[in-house]
Amino acid sequence: MKKTWLIAGSSLFIAMAIAALLVMVHPTLAGGAETKGSGAEVKVDNFTFGPDTLTVAVNSTVTWLNKDDIPHVIASNDGLFKSKALDTDQEYSYTFTKAGTYAYYCSIHPKMVGKIVVQ
Amino acid sequence: MTKSKLFDRNPNGLIKHDHNNDGIDRRGFLQCMAWAGTGALCLIEGGVLKSFAFGSPKASEPKSDKIGGLTFVQISDSHMGFNKPANPDVVGTLKAAVDKINALPQQPEFILHTGDISHLSNPEEFDTVDQILKGTNKEIFFVPGEHDVLNDDGKMFRERYAKNFQGSGWYSFDKNGVHFIGLVNVMNLKAGGLGTLGNEQLEWLEDNVRHLKSSTPIVVFAHIPLWTIYPEWGWGTEDGAQALSYLKRFGSVTVLNGHIHQTMQKVEGNVTFHTAFSTAFVQPAPGKAAGPGPMKVPADQLRSLLGLTDVNYVQGRHALALVDTSLA
Repeated sequence: MKKTWLIAGSSLFIAMAIAALLVMVHPTLAGGAETKGSGAEVKVDNFTFGPDTLTVAVNSTVTWLNKDDIPHVIASNDGLFKSKALDTDQEYSYTFTKAGTYAYYCSIHPKMVGKIVVQ
Repeated sequence: MTKSKLFDRNPNGLIKHDHNNDGIDRRGFLQCMAWAGTGALCLIEGGVLKSFAFGSPKASEPKSDKIGGLTFVQISDSHMGFNKPANPDVVGTLKAAVDKINALPQQPEFILHTGDISHLSNPEEFDTVDQILKGTNKEIFFVPGEHDVLNDDGKMFRERYAKNFQGSGWYSFDKNGVHFIGLVNVMNLKAGGLGTLGNEQLEWLEDNVRHLKSSTPIVVFAHIPLWTIYPEWGWGTEDGAQALSYLKRFGSVTVLNGHIHQTMQKVEGNVTFHTAFSTAFVQPAPGKAAGPGPMKVPADQLRSLLGLTDVNYVQGRHALALVDTSLA
């Protein structure tokens, strides 16, 4: 019985690994967030980040593009990255080299918050 | 008071809750708004605020009291460098504000600028504002807005406008018996939060007013409203209530803010809160748009929605009169 269970467990592990791989390849499965392999974009518009949670693969570069008539500053909550003020149509990029969840906000409009999930 | 009542616009600037027909707003709320060239005049007396629409018989009353006292002007949110459709000519509207100031029948002794002098913290933007405001020939006191401290944690702002002041640029001064306190609530903002004063500034404030008599009229000015107007858009200050707790014992406290590009007023006990027009562009009323960004209005209406605040303190009466004047 125990052995059977272990085999079942292994199968489950493999199934989960495949599922995780699928999520990475087809990011739309991961709650509507998107990945574009090495690059992805967050649109800053109407004082919001779109999408507010973005899932990307390790070593992806995320670009924030400001579409507002007001400048914004992209800053990670823990101080890892911070842009200069982005005026209208200006952008800022950061490359995520380690897996993890990175919370960020606009440091001059702190009600604007977002997350980058790196897998 | 519900939010919807607070934000109801009252085009005549008349009191909405005058239950005793004596001109006193018992419920402690009213707005003095100046739309389309109309105006409202608010007289604060012993911490109680009375309001008269311009042109009403009582509107002339405070004028007859202008013996001695102190008159100053608040301007705000010049956003020099802004060039989007909501106002492609912020130079022109700031110059119009200077013309309005110079045309005031009772000339102000000095000017308070409650921040967002520049749009992008560029030195040329500050230079342009300084040059235009020289046209008033008045002493000007500044506090920073978030647009003035964008890329250098406010270093340039402090060098230009707050060289000998405390911390990130807070300070106090006295004029004609009125104690003025300039606060900074646009630095070190935390994710998800509102404007912030911080412990160092709060401790300074508590100490700053400790020696003052309770009868001293207090004017506090800062960029982001110290009272919570609309937290969803960040229109408030996290620790504003704590700052105000140090001012509870004073008989007359006037809090002047900018940031929201529209006039709004609230009275709580002895404290009158007031926000000023911008000289640059209009922002929507709280919750009336998807976001708080610049709002394009018909060109012929723009100047009626921009302006300045004229403040008059009458000595011996502990009274401050606030008048919002549009640029139209």
